[in-house]
Amino acid sequence: MTAGGFAHALDAVTRVRGVRGAMLVSAADGLIVADQLMEGIKGPAVAALAGSLANRLGRAMAAAGMGDSVFWHLQCTAGALLVVPAGSGVLVVAVTDPEVNVGLARLELLRAAEAVG
Amino acid sequence: MADEVKVLSAELAQDPASLVFLRLGELLRQRGQLDPAHRVALNGLERHPHRADAHDLYARVLADKRDYERAFDEWDATLRIAPGHVGALKGLAFLYFKVGDIAQAVAHLETAQRHAPDDPSIAQAVALVRGGQPAAAASGLGIERVAPPTPASAAAAAPLDEARVFAGLEGAEEGLLLLDAAGRVLGGALRDPGGRDVSEPVAAYLAGVSQEAARTAKLLGLGTWNGLAAEARQGHLHLAQPSAEALLLVVRDRSVPMGRLAIIAQRAAQAAHRWLERQA
Repeated sequence: MTAGGFAHALDAVTRVRGVRGAMLVSAADGLIVADQLMEGIKGPAVAALAGSLANRLGRAMAAAGMGDSVFWHLQCTAGALLVVPAGSGVLVVAVTDPEVNVGLARLELLRAAEAVG
Repeated sequence: MADEVKVLSAELAQDPASLVFLRLGELLRQRGQLDPAHRVALNGLERHPHRADAHDLYARVLADKRDYERAFDEWDATLRIAPGHVGALKGLAFLYFKVGDIAQAVAHLETAQRHAPDDPSIAQAVALVRGGQPAAAASGLGIERVAPPTPASAAAAAPLDEARVFAGLEGAEEGLLLLDAAGRVLGGALRDPGGRDVSEPVAAYLAGVSQEAARTAKLLGLGTWNGLAAEARQGHLHLAQPSAEALLLVVRDRSVPMGRLAIIAQRAAQAAHRWLERQA
């Protein structure tokens, strides 16, 4: 997929009300592949931590016999981090306000993950 | 009032797709006719599954019937459709209050207050919840004619078996796991779908998750983390932090909705918190 394709995949995610920004992160090394983040968000650091969290969760879920991870949601007092692993080893990540419609954001993240491949 | 029920019933019979079921269901609920209210709310919800008020009505009826887990799911569904729905925010505040999570109860009430600043019952409920008066708070919110504690809430509040963290909770020996920051099992157990005990490897992989979640939340300016919900191909999990040094894992199959899993996790976290305090 081209850089334009990545940006297009993130567009629909960031259009959801309450989504502050979104990015594609390489799960293996925690590096940003593409991003549309609001100013002030420390993208590289967040990408690294999201990648590490995804790896730990993925291993724990595999050990528990739960199969592949589909979606996860870090709930915080002032917002949330939503993550969908795409098939290609890329994580689709969204940073949101507390009042975001999680169901809608999840749907757009799943679509973006499908588009990313 | 009986006449009003008759009028609304007739109106609904003439036009089953109309929204009059909302008024009828609420009227029946307020009269304590919970079985007919349940039927009206459920039929209405089947016709209007994307309508937030239909989920809210059904949740109110379920709460009156003390089916708190399903009420939670319905209010959760309401907020997915209409994130600022004041009735659902008040309802969830009530449920969080019931399980002793004052912070979440207040947070939901404050969100409700932002959406309905002129509603005096919300400010009153915030004060009552902070003051620990559940019956008065529930009454102020118009949620429930408060009933005696349910078996589930009584079990959660009862003293626990010293040796077993999650005694009395569903899934205590197969889907609830308490671990420390170093990935060591403190209590509970986890089994895979084949029935094998996988507590130790899962705990080991989750070591450090709490610190990473806290760092991620801090970097993003998201405050403090209070839960991590994850969906996998063959199950759902929820992580919570009953204390600064411990992590709680709840695992269920995919038939358990994420919203319900969150409330199960809240109960288990309270039990774990009490157990940890006794061990200190």
